[in-house]
Amino acid sequence: MMKKNNAIIFENVCFAYKKNIILENVILSIKKGEFASIVGPNGGGKTTLLKLILGLIKPDSGNILVLGNLPGQARERVGYMPQYAYLDMNFPATVKDVVLMGRLSKKRFWFSKDDRIKAIEAIEEMRMTAYINKGFNELSGGQKQRVLIARALCSNPEILLLDEPTASVDNETEEALFSILEKLNKRMTILIVSHDLGFVSKYVKSVICVNRRVVIHPTSLINGAMIKDIYRSDLKMVRHDHRCSDKGHNYD
Amino acid sequence: MIDFFRIIFDPDNLFLKYAFIMGGFASISFGIIGTFVTTKRIGYLAGAISHSVFGGIGLALYLQVNMGLMWFDPILGALLAAILAALIVGLVSIYAGEREDTIIGIIWAVGMAAGILFIDGTPGYFNLGSYLFGDILLISGKDLLYVGVLNILVFGTTVIFFNSFFGVCFDSEFAFLRGINTSFFYIFLLILTALTIVLMVRIVGIILVIAMLTIPPAIASFFAKRLWQMMLYSVLFCALFTWAGLWISYSLCLSSGPTIIILSGAAYLIILCIHKLLR
Repeated sequence: MMKKNNAIIFENVCFAYKKNIILENVILSIKKGEFASIVGPNGGGKTTLLKLILGLIKPDSGNILVLGNLPGQARERVGYMPQYAYLDMNFPATVKDVVLMGRLSKKRFWFSKDDRIKAIEAIEEMRMTAYINKGFNELSGGQKQRVLIARALCSNPEILLLDEPTASVDNETEEALFSILEKLNKRMTILIVSHDLGFVSKYVKSVICVNRRVVIHPTSLINGAMIKDIYRSDLKMVRHDHRCSDKGHNYD
Repeated sequence: MIDFFRIIFDPDNLFLKYAFIMGGFASISFGIIGTFVTTKRIGYLAGAISHSVFGGIGLALYLQVNMGLMWFDPILGALLAAILAALIVGLVSIYAGEREDTIIGIIWAVGMAAGILFIDGTPGYFNLGSYLFGDILLISGKDLLYVGVLNILVFGTTVIFFNSFFGVCFDSEFAFLRGINTSFFYIFLLILTALTIVLMVRIVGIILVIAMLTIPPAIASFFAKRLWQMMLYSVLFCALFTWAGLWISYSLCLSSGPTIIILSGAAYLIILCIHKLLR
Protein backbone atom coordinates (compact mmCIF):
# COMPACT_ATOMS: atom_id res chain seq x y z
CA MET A 1 0.00 0.00 0.00
CA MET A 2 1.17 3.52 -0.76
CA LYS A 3 1.57 4.81 2.77
CA LYS A 4 2.65 8.35 2.00
CA ASN A 5 -0.45 9.41 0.13
CA ASN A 6 -2.82 7.87 2.62
CA ALA A 7 -4.23 9.73 5.58
CA ILE A 8 -5.75 6.66 7.22
CA ILE A 9 -5.07 2.95 6.71
CA PHE A 10 -6.95 0.00 8.25
CA GLU A 11 -5.42 -3.44 7.78
CA ASN A 12 -7.66 -6.38 8.73
CA VAL A 13 -9.08 -4.57 11.73
CA CYS A 14 -11.55 -6.38 14.00
CA PHE A 15 -13.33 -4.87 16.98
CA ALA A 16 -15.83 -6.50 19.31
CA TYR A 17 -17.69 -5.08 22.29
CA LYS A 18 -18.70 -7.67 24.91
CA LYS A 19 -18.55 -10.53 22.37
CA ASN A 20 -20.64 -8.58 19.83
CA ILE A 21 -18.59 -8.14 16.70
CA ILE A 22 -18.92 -4.52 15.63
CA LEU A 23 -16.31 -4.38 12.87
CA GLU A 24 -14.93 -7.37 11.02
CA ASN A 25 -11.81 -7.54 8.83
CA VAL A 26 -11.88 -3.91 7.89
CA ILE A 27 -9.52 -3.06 5.07
CA LEU A 28 -9.63 0.60 4.19
CA SER A 29 -7.35 3.28 2.90
CA ILE A 30 -8.34 6.91 2.81
CA LYS A 31 -6.26 9.22 0.66
CA LYS A 32 -5.04 12.62 1.77
CA GLY A 33 -7.44 15.29 0.55
CA GLU A 34 -10.39 12.92 0.64
CA PHE A 35 -13.88 14.17 1.53
CA ALA A 36 -15.79 11.08 2.58
CA SER A 37 -19.13 10.44 4.20
CA ILE A 38 -19.38 7.46 6.56
CA VAL A 39 -22.85 5.95 6.32
CA GLY A 40 -24.62 2.86 7.61
CA PRO A 41 -27.41 1.73 9.92
CA ASN A 42 -27.51 2.55 13.65
CA GLY A 43 -25.18 0.29 15.59
CA GLY A 44 -23.38 -0.58 12.37
CA GLY A 45 -20.06 0.69 13.70
CA LYS A 46 -19.74 4.25 12.36
CA THR A 47 -18.82 5.87 15.66
CA THR A 48 -16.61 2.86 16.50
CA LEU A 49 -14.69 3.55 13.30
CA LEU A 50 -14.10 7.18 14.39
CA LYS A 51 -13.04 6.13 17.88
CA LEU A 52 -10.53 3.68 16.42
CA ILE A 53 -9.07 6.46 14.27
CA LEU A 54 -8.80 8.70 17.34
CA GLY A 55 -7.22 5.92 19.39
CA LEU A 56 -9.94 6.13 22.04
CA ILE A 57 -10.40 2.37 21.67
CA LYS A 58 -7.94 -0.27 20.46
CA PRO A 59 -8.68 -2.89 17.81
CA ASP A 60 -8.80 -6.55 18.89
CA SER A 61 -6.69 -7.42 15.88
CA GLY A 62 -5.25 -5.73 12.82
CA ASN A 63 -3.37 -2.47 12.36
CA ILE A 64 -4.42 1.13 12.01
CA LEU A 65 -2.19 3.91 10.76
CA VAL A 66 -3.19 7.55 10.97
CA LEU A 67 -0.87 9.93 9.09
CA GLY A 68 1.74 7.17 9.23
CA ASN A 69 1.55 6.82 13.03
CA LEU A 70 -0.35 4.79 15.57
CA PRO A 71 -3.75 6.42 16.20
CA GLY A 72 -2.87 7.68 19.71
CA GLN A 73 0.28 9.38 18.46
CA ALA A 74 -1.42 11.29 15.67
CA ARG A 75 -4.12 12.84 17.87
CA GLU A 76 -2.61 16.32 17.87
CA ARG A 77 -2.97 16.41 14.08
CA VAL A 78 -6.58 15.24 14.02
CA GLY A 79 -9.54 17.55 14.68
CA TYR A 80 -12.67 15.98 16.12
CA MET A 81 -16.25 17.19 16.44
CA PRO A 82 -18.38 14.94 18.66
CA GLN A 83 -22.17 14.80 18.54
CA TYR A 84 -23.26 17.85 20.49
CA ALA A 85 -26.29 16.12 22.00
CA TYR A 86 -24.24 14.45 24.71
CA LEU A 87 -22.76 17.71 26.00
CA ASP A 88 -24.29 19.50 28.98
CA MET A 89 -26.57 22.11 27.45
CA ASN A 90 -26.55 24.26 30.60
CA PHE A 91 -22.79 24.50 30.93
CA PRO A 92 -21.76 28.11 31.50
CA ALA A 93 -19.40 28.90 28.63
CA THR A 94 -19.24 31.40 25.78
CA VAL A 95 -18.56 30.46 22.18
CA LYS A 96 -14.98 31.65 22.63
CA ASP A 97 -14.52 29.53 25.80
CA VAL A 98 -15.67 26.41 23.95
CA VAL A 99 -13.51 27.03 20.88
CA LEU A 100 -10.43 27.75 23.02
CA MET A 101 -10.69 24.18 24.31
CA GLY A 102 -9.28 23.19 20.93
CA ARG A 103 -6.04 24.85 22.04
CA LEU A 104 -5.72 22.83 25.25
CA SER A 105 -2.29 21.33 25.65
CA LYS A 106 -0.49 19.40 28.35
CA LYS A 107 2.54 21.64 27.89
CA ARG A 108 0.93 24.91 29.00
CA PHE A 109 -1.59 25.75 31.71
CA TRP A 110 -2.88 29.01 30.29
CA PHE A 111 -3.86 30.13 26.82
CA SER A 112 -1.36 32.34 24.98
CA LYS A 113 -2.11 35.27 22.72
CA ASP A 114 -1.49 32.97 19.77
CA ASP A 115 -4.10 30.53 21.11
CA ARG A 116 -6.67 33.32 21.25
CA ILE A 117 -5.85 34.50 17.72
CA LYS A 118 -6.20 30.93 16.39
CA ALA A 119 -9.55 30.55 18.14
CA ILE A 120 -10.86 33.84 16.70
CA GLU A 121 -9.72 32.79 13.22
CA ALA A 122 -11.47 29.44 13.50
CA ILE A 123 -14.68 31.15 14.67
CA GLU A 124 -14.42 33.52 11.71
CA GLU A 125 -13.91 30.62 9.33
CA MET A 126 -17.12 28.99 10.59
CA ARG A 127 -18.88 32.39 10.21
CA MET A 128 -19.75 32.62 13.90
CA THR A 129 -17.92 35.88 14.70
CA ALA A 130 -21.18 37.66 15.57
CA TYR A 131 -21.76 35.12 18.37
CA ILE A 132 -18.26 35.05 19.82
CA ASN A 133 -19.30 36.29 23.28
CA LYS A 134 -22.71 34.61 23.32
CA GLY A 135 -23.42 31.72 25.67
CA PHE A 136 -22.97 28.32 24.04
CA ASN A 137 -26.32 27.24 25.50
CA GLU A 138 -28.15 30.12 23.80
CA LEU A 139 -27.29 28.86 20.31
CA SER A 140 -29.39 26.73 17.98
CA GLY A 141 -28.37 23.15 17.13
CA GLY A 142 -26.77 24.13 13.83
CA GLN A 143 -24.83 26.98 15.47
CA LYS A 144 -23.57 24.68 18.23
CA GLN A 145 -22.28 22.29 15.59
CA ARG A 146 -20.40 25.11 13.87
CA VAL A 147 -18.82 26.13 17.16
CA LEU A 148 -17.71 22.55 17.78
CA ILE A 149 -16.23 22.40 14.26
CA ALA A 150 -14.38 25.66 14.99
CA ARG A 151 -13.04 24.03 18.17
CA ALA A 152 -11.76 21.10 16.08
CA LEU A 153 -10.25 23.51 13.52
CA CYS A 154 -8.23 25.74 15.78
CA SER A 155 -5.47 23.19 16.29
CA ASN A 156 -4.77 23.25 12.51
CA PRO A 157 -5.61 19.57 11.96
CA GLU A 158 -4.63 17.58 8.88
CA ILE A 159 -7.67 15.33 9.27
CA LEU A 160 -11.11 16.55 10.36
CA LEU A 161 -13.55 14.00 11.82
CA LEU A 162 -17.15 15.13 12.18
CA ASP A 163 -19.71 12.95 13.97
CA GLU A 164 -23.18 13.72 12.57
CA PRO A 165 -22.68 17.43 11.82
CA THR A 166 -25.99 17.48 9.97
CA ALA A 167 -28.15 15.87 12.67
CA SER A 168 -31.36 17.85 13.24
CA VAL A 169 -30.35 20.66 10.92
CA ASP A 170 -32.50 22.04 8.08
CA ASN A 171 -31.41 21.77 4.46
CA GLU A 172 -30.40 25.38 4.08
CA THR A 173 -28.10 25.24 7.12
CA GLU A 174 -26.66 21.97 5.88
CA GLU A 175 -25.95 23.42 2.46
CA ALA A 176 -24.16 26.40 4.05
CA LEU A 177 -22.14 24.06 6.25
CA PHE A 178 -21.03 21.94 3.31
CA SER A 179 -19.90 24.96 1.32
CA ILE A 180 -17.61 25.87 4.24
CA LEU A 181 -16.38 22.28 4.46
CA GLU A 182 -15.62 22.27 0.74
CA LYS A 183 -13.22 25.17 1.31
CA LEU A 184 -11.63 23.41 4.26
CA ASN A 185 -11.23 20.28 2.17
CA LYS A 186 -8.61 22.09 0.11
CA ARG A 187 -6.22 21.91 3.05
CA MET A 188 -7.39 18.86 5.02
CA THR A 189 -8.88 15.40 4.74
CA ILE A 190 -12.50 15.34 5.94
CA LEU A 191 -14.54 12.40 7.21
CA ILE A 192 -18.19 12.91 8.10
CA VAL A 193 -20.46 10.45 9.88
CA SER A 194 -23.97 10.67 8.52
CA HIS A 195 -26.99 8.66 9.52
CA ASP A 196 -28.64 8.62 6.12
CA LEU A 197 -27.26 7.41 2.86
CA GLY A 198 -30.17 8.69 0.78
CA PHE A 199 -28.74 12.16 0.96
CA VAL A 200 -25.08 12.98 0.66
CA SER A 201 -23.87 16.38 -0.34
CA LYS A 202 -22.55 16.94 -3.84
CA TYR A 203 -19.23 17.98 -2.31
CA VAL A 204 -18.63 14.52 -0.86
CA LYS A 205 -16.18 12.57 -3.00
CA SER A 206 -16.60 9.07 -1.54
CA VAL A 207 -18.99 7.13 0.61
CA ILE A 208 -17.71 4.70 3.24
CA CYS A 209 -20.42 2.16 3.98
CA VAL A 210 -20.15 0.63 7.45
CA ASN A 211 -22.20 -2.31 8.62
CA ARG A 212 -19.78 -4.72 10.31
CA ARG A 213 -17.93 -4.78 7.03
CA VAL A 214 -16.59 -1.59 5.50
CA VAL A 215 -16.69 -0.72 1.83
CA ILE A 216 -15.61 2.53 0.19
CA HIS A 217 -17.19 3.81 -3.03
CA PRO A 218 -16.68 6.93 -5.10
CA THR A 219 -20.02 8.82 -4.97
CA SER A 220 -20.38 8.65 -8.75
CA LEU A 221 -20.75 4.87 -8.54
CA ILE A 222 -23.44 4.59 -5.87
CA ASN A 223 -26.44 2.61 -7.00
CA GLY A 224 -29.41 0.79 -5.51
CA ALA A 225 -27.81 -2.63 -5.39
CA MET A 226 -24.98 -1.24 -3.31
CA ILE A 227 -27.33 0.31 -0.77
CA LYS A 228 -29.35 -2.87 -0.57
CA ASP A 229 -26.17 -4.80 0.02
CA ILE A 230 -24.98 -2.64 2.88
CA TYR A 231 -28.33 -2.22 4.62
CA ARG A 232 -29.36 -5.80 3.88
CA SER A 233 -32.88 -4.70 3.03
CA ASP A 234 -34.72 -3.06 0.18
CA LEU A 235 -34.67 0.71 0.26
CA LYS A 236 -35.79 3.36 -2.13
CA MET A 237 -33.11 5.70 -3.32
CA VAL A 238 -33.84 9.38 -3.73
CA ARG A 239 -31.86 11.34 -6.27
CA HIS A 240 -31.41 15.01 -5.57
CA ASP A 241 -29.24 15.97 -8.46
CA HIS A 242 -31.77 16.26 -11.24
CA ARG A 243 -35.18 17.77 -11.81
CA CYS A 244 -37.99 15.80 -13.33
CA SER A 245 -40.72 16.96 -15.68
CA ASP A 246 -44.34 17.42 -14.61
CA LYS A 247 -45.14 13.94 -15.84
CA GLY A 248 -42.57 12.44 -13.55
CA HIS A 249 -39.63 10.53 -14.90
CA ASN A 250 -38.68 7.04 -15.77
CA TYR A 251 -35.30 6.91 -14.15
CA ASP A 252 -34.83 3.59 -12.39
CA MET B 1 -29.52 43.21 62.93
CA ILE B 2 -27.33 45.81 64.64
CA ASP B 3 -27.78 43.83 67.82
CA PHE B 4 -26.48 40.80 66.04
CA PHE B 5 -23.32 42.60 64.96
CA ARG B 6 -22.73 43.76 68.51
CA ILE B 7 -23.05 40.16 69.65
CA ILE B 8 -20.59 38.95 67.04
CA PHE B 9 -17.93 41.31 68.31
CA ASP B 10 -18.67 40.53 71.93
CA PRO B 11 -15.65 38.62 73.31
CA ASP B 12 -18.00 36.46 75.41
CA ASN B 13 -19.56 35.12 72.23
CA LEU B 14 -16.33 34.01 70.61
CA PHE B 15 -18.01 30.95 69.06
CA LEU B 16 -20.40 33.14 67.06
CA LYS B 17 -17.57 35.29 65.77
CA TYR B 18 -15.72 32.14 64.72
CA ALA B 19 -18.85 30.77 63.04
CA PHE B 20 -19.25 34.02 61.16
CA ILE B 21 -15.66 34.10 59.93
CA MET B 22 -15.82 30.39 59.15
CA GLY B 23 -18.99 30.87 57.10
CA GLY B 24 -17.41 33.56 54.95
CA PHE B 25 -14.15 31.67 54.62
CA ALA B 26 -15.85 28.38 53.80
CA SER B 27 -17.88 30.00 51.03
CA ILE B 28 -14.76 30.43 48.90
CA SER B 29 -14.01 26.71 48.70
CA PHE B 30 -17.70 25.81 48.64
CA GLY B 31 -18.51 28.10 45.73
CA ILE B 32 -15.56 26.94 43.61
CA ILE B 33 -15.84 23.21 44.32
CA GLY B 34 -19.65 23.35 44.23
CA THR B 35 -19.50 24.82 40.72
CA PHE B 36 -17.33 21.91 39.57
CA VAL B 37 -19.60 19.37 41.29
CA THR B 38 -22.71 20.87 39.68
CA THR B 39 -21.36 21.30 36.14
CA LYS B 40 -19.63 17.91 36.13
CA ARG B 41 -22.83 16.42 37.62
CA ILE B 42 -21.10 14.49 40.35
CA GLY B 43 -23.41 15.50 43.21
CA TYR B 44 -24.14 11.84 43.84
CA LEU B 45 -20.43 11.07 44.12
CA ALA B 46 -19.96 13.97 46.51
CA GLY B 47 -22.85 12.56 48.58
CA ALA B 48 -21.13 9.17 48.81
CA ILE B 49 -17.88 10.84 49.89
CA SER B 50 -19.57 12.94 52.56
CA HIS B 51 -21.40 9.97 54.08
CA SER B 52 -18.24 7.87 54.08
CA VAL B 53 -16.69 10.58 56.24
CA PHE B 54 -18.86 9.29 59.07
CA GLY B 55 -17.00 5.96 58.95
CA GLY B 56 -13.75 7.83 59.54
CA ILE B 57 -15.16 9.85 62.41
CA GLY B 58 -16.45 6.63 64.04
CA LEU B 59 -13.10 4.92 63.62
CA ALA B 60 -11.25 7.86 65.16
CA LEU B 61 -13.54 7.95 68.21
CA TYR B 62 -13.19 4.18 68.59
CA LEU B 63 -9.38 4.35 68.47
CA GLN B 64 -9.25 7.32 70.84
CA VAL B 65 -11.42 5.75 73.53
CA ASN B 66 -10.70 2.04 73.19
CA MET B 67 -7.06 2.07 72.11
CA GLY B 68 -5.98 5.29 73.78
CA LEU B 69 -4.69 6.81 70.55
CA MET B 70 -5.51 10.34 71.56
CA TRP B 71 -3.68 11.89 68.59
CA PHE B 72 -6.21 10.24 66.26
CA ASP B 73 -8.54 13.20 66.10
CA PRO B 74 -12.00 12.73 64.53
CA ILE B 75 -11.07 15.32 61.90
CA LEU B 76 -8.02 13.20 60.97
CA GLY B 77 -10.25 10.12 60.68
CA ALA B 78 -12.71 12.10 58.58
CA LEU B 79 -9.90 13.34 56.33
CA LEU B 80 -8.51 9.84 55.74
CA ALA B 81 -11.98 8.37 55.10
CA ALA B 82 -12.87 11.19 52.68
CA ILE B 83 -9.69 10.85 50.63
CA LEU B 84 -10.02 7.06 50.54
CA ALA B 85 -13.67 7.37 49.48
CA ALA B 86 -12.75 9.94 46.80
CA LEU B 87 -10.14 7.56 45.35
CA ILE B 88 -12.49 4.58 45.35
CA VAL B 89 -15.46 6.54 44.01
CA GLY B 90 -13.27 8.11 41.30
CA LEU B 91 -11.79 4.82 40.15
CA VAL B 92 -15.22 3.17 40.20
CA SER B 93 -16.73 5.91 38.06
CA ILE B 94 -13.85 5.73 35.57
CA TYR B 95 -13.85 1.94 35.24
CA ALA B 96 -17.25 0.56 36.32
CA GLY B 97 -19.28 1.82 33.37
CA GLU B 98 -23.01 1.14 33.65
CA ARG B 99 -22.90 -0.17 37.21
CA GLU B 100 -21.44 3.08 38.53
CA ASP B 101 -24.50 4.27 40.47
CA THR B 102 -24.99 0.91 42.19
CA ILE B 103 -21.41 0.80 43.45
CA ILE B 104 -21.45 4.45 44.53
CA GLY B 105 -24.67 3.76 46.47
CA ILE B 106 -23.01 0.85 48.26
CA ILE B 107 -19.99 2.97 49.27
CA TRP B 108 -22.41 5.65 50.51
CA ALA B 109 -24.28 3.26 52.85
CA VAL B 110 -21.34 1.11 53.96
CA GLY B 111 -19.30 4.15 55.02
CA MET B 112 -22.17 5.44 57.11
CA ALA B 113 -22.93 2.01 58.65
CA ALA B 114 -19.27 1.47 59.58
CA GLY B 115 -19.32 4.76 61.46
CA ILE B 116 -22.39 3.76 63.50
CA LEU B 117 -20.91 0.36 64.41
CA PHE B 118 -17.62 1.94 65.53
CA ILE B 119 -19.52 4.36 67.73
CA ASP B 120 -21.67 1.50 69.11
CA GLY B 121 -18.44 -0.18 70.16
CA THR B 122 -17.13 2.94 71.87
CA PRO B 123 -18.18 3.51 75.49
CA GLY B 124 -19.47 6.97 76.43
CA TYR B 125 -22.01 9.35 74.96
CA PHE B 126 -21.45 11.08 71.64
CA ASN B 127 -23.62 13.75 70.19
CA LEU B 128 -24.02 12.26 66.72
CA GLY B 129 -26.23 15.16 65.70
CA SER B 130 -23.29 17.55 65.72
CA TYR B 131 -21.51 15.46 63.08
CA LEU B 132 -24.62 14.78 61.05
CA PHE B 133 -26.11 18.28 61.05
CA GLY B 134 -23.25 20.51 62.14
CA ASP B 135 -22.60 22.39 65.35
CA ILE B 136 -21.10 25.84 65.24
CA LEU B 137 -20.33 25.66 68.96
CA LEU B 138 -17.51 23.25 68.10
CA ILE B 139 -15.71 25.65 65.78
CA SER B 140 -12.28 26.59 67.10
CA GLY B 141 -9.44 28.82 65.97
CA LYS B 142 -7.72 25.69 64.63
CA ASP B 143 -10.65 25.07 62.26
CA LEU B 144 -10.29 28.56 60.85
CA LEU B 145 -6.64 27.87 60.14
CA TYR B 146 -7.53 24.59 58.36
CA VAL B 147 -10.15 26.28 56.21
CA GLY B 148 -7.71 29.07 55.39
CA VAL B 149 -5.17 26.54 54.14
CA LEU B 150 -7.91 24.72 52.19
CA ASN B 151 -8.96 27.98 50.53
CA ILE B 152 -5.42 28.65 49.35
CA LEU B 153 -5.20 25.09 47.99
CA VAL B 154 -8.57 25.19 46.22
CA PHE B 155 -8.21 28.72 44.86
CA GLY B 156 -4.58 28.21 43.82
CA THR B 157 -5.11 24.94 41.97
CA THR B 158 -8.26 26.24 40.31
CA VAL B 159 -6.42 29.28 38.95
CA ILE B 160 -3.46 27.24 37.75
CA PHE B 161 -5.41 24.34 36.23
CA PHE B 162 -8.58 26.25 35.25
CA ASN B 163 -8.45 25.30 31.56
CA SER B 164 -7.87 21.62 32.29
CA PHE B 165 -10.71 21.54 34.83
CA PHE B 166 -12.93 23.36 32.33
CA GLY B 167 -12.16 20.71 29.72
CA VAL B 168 -12.74 17.82 32.11
CA CYS B 169 -16.11 19.22 33.23
CA PHE B 170 -17.44 20.30 29.83
CA ASP B 171 -16.18 17.58 27.47
CA SER B 172 -13.81 15.11 29.06
CA GLU B 173 -13.32 13.01 25.92
CA PHE B 174 -12.25 16.02 23.88
CA ALA B 175 -9.90 17.23 26.63
CA PHE B 176 -8.35 13.74 26.65
CA LEU B 177 -7.81 13.94 22.88
CA ARG B 178 -5.99 17.24 23.39
CA GLY B 179 -3.50 15.46 25.64
CA ILE B 180 -5.00 16.34 29.05
CA ASN B 181 -4.70 13.60 31.68
CA THR B 182 -8.42 13.62 32.38
CA SER B 183 -8.41 10.74 34.89
CA PHE B 184 -5.83 12.56 36.99
CA PHE B 185 -7.78 15.82 37.01
CA TYR B 186 -11.03 14.00 37.73
CA ILE B 187 -9.60 12.22 40.79
CA PHE B 188 -7.85 15.43 41.84
CA LEU B 189 -11.20 17.23 41.69
CA LEU B 190 -12.81 14.51 43.82
CA ILE B 191 -10.04 14.80 46.41
CA LEU B 192 -10.50 18.58 46.58
CA THR B 193 -14.23 17.91 46.99
CA ALA B 194 -13.48 15.45 49.80
CA LEU B 195 -11.25 17.97 51.63
CA THR B 196 -13.88 20.69 51.27
CA ILE B 197 -16.56 18.40 52.65
CA VAL B 198 -14.51 17.41 55.71
CA LEU B 199 -13.66 20.94 56.71
CA MET B 200 -17.22 22.14 56.26
CA VAL B 201 -18.77 19.37 58.34
CA ARG B 202 -18.47 21.64 61.39
CA ILE B 203 -20.95 24.12 59.98
CA VAL B 204 -23.64 22.08 58.24
CA GLY B 205 -22.76 18.43 58.98
CA ILE B 206 -22.17 15.50 56.64
CA ILE B 207 -25.79 15.02 55.62
CA LEU B 208 -26.49 18.65 54.77
CA VAL B 209 -23.09 19.47 53.25
CA ILE B 210 -24.23 18.28 49.85
CA ALA B 211 -26.93 20.94 49.75
CA MET B 212 -24.34 23.67 50.37
CA LEU B 213 -22.27 22.30 47.50
CA THR B 214 -25.16 22.32 45.05
CA ILE B 215 -27.71 25.03 45.92
CA PRO B 216 -25.50 28.17 45.54
CA PRO B 217 -24.12 27.00 42.15
CA ALA B 218 -27.64 26.05 41.04
CA ILE B 219 -28.76 29.64 41.71
CA ALA B 220 -25.56 31.07 40.23
CA SER B 221 -26.15 29.16 36.99
CA PHE B 222 -29.25 31.30 36.35
CA PHE B 223 -27.07 34.39 36.09
CA ALA B 224 -23.64 33.19 34.97
CA LYS B 225 -22.53 32.99 31.36
CA ARG B 226 -19.03 31.69 32.02
CA LEU B 227 -17.57 29.14 34.41
CA TRP B 228 -15.56 31.62 36.49
CA GLN B 229 -18.62 33.86 36.81
CA MET B 230 -20.60 30.92 38.14
CA MET B 231 -17.86 30.34 40.74
CA LEU B 232 -17.86 33.97 41.80
CA TYR B 233 -21.66 34.14 42.15
CA SER B 234 -21.69 30.80 44.00
CA VAL B 235 -19.18 32.12 46.53
CA LEU B 236 -21.30 35.24 47.08
CA PHE B 237 -24.58 33.32 47.41
CA CYS B 238 -22.97 30.78 49.71
CA ALA B 239 -21.62 33.51 52.01
CA LEU B 240 -24.95 35.34 51.96
CA PHE B 241 -26.93 32.22 52.92
CA THR B 242 -24.47 31.14 55.58
CA TRP B 243 -24.40 34.54 57.27
CA ALA B 244 -28.14 35.11 56.99
CA GLY B 245 -28.74 31.55 58.22
CA LEU B 246 -26.46 32.04 61.23
CA TRP B 247 -28.23 35.28 62.09
CA ILE B 248 -31.71 33.72 61.83
CA SER B 249 -30.69 30.60 63.76
CA TYR B 250 -29.17 32.72 66.54
CA SER B 251 -32.15 35.08 66.72
CA LEU B 252 -34.76 32.31 66.74
CA CYS B 253 -32.71 29.73 68.69
CA LEU B 254 -32.69 27.19 65.83
CA SER B 255 -30.01 24.72 64.73
CA SER B 256 -27.64 26.57 62.43
CA GLY B 257 -27.05 23.89 59.74
CA PRO B 258 -30.71 23.16 58.94
CA THR B 259 -31.56 26.88 59.07
CA ILE B 260 -28.90 27.66 56.46
CA ILE B 261 -30.13 24.83 54.23
CA ILE B 262 -33.83 25.74 54.47
CA LEU B 263 -32.97 29.35 53.69
CA SER B 264 -30.88 28.34 50.64
CA GLY B 265 -33.54 25.90 49.44
CA ALA B 266 -36.28 28.50 49.75
CA ALA B 267 -34.16 31.08 47.92
CA TYR B 268 -33.52 28.56 45.14
CA LEU B 269 -37.26 27.84 44.76
CA ILE B 270 -38.18 31.51 44.64
CA ILE B 271 -35.45 32.38 42.10
CA LEU B 272 -36.38 29.35 40.00
CA CYS B 273 -40.04 30.47 39.91
CA ILE B 274 -39.13 34.05 39.00
CA HIS B 275 -36.77 32.78 36.32
CA LYS B 276 -39.46 30.54 34.78
CA LEU B 277 -42.06 33.32 34.91
CA LEU B 278 -39.78 35.83 33.17
CA ARG B 279 -39.03 33.47 30.32
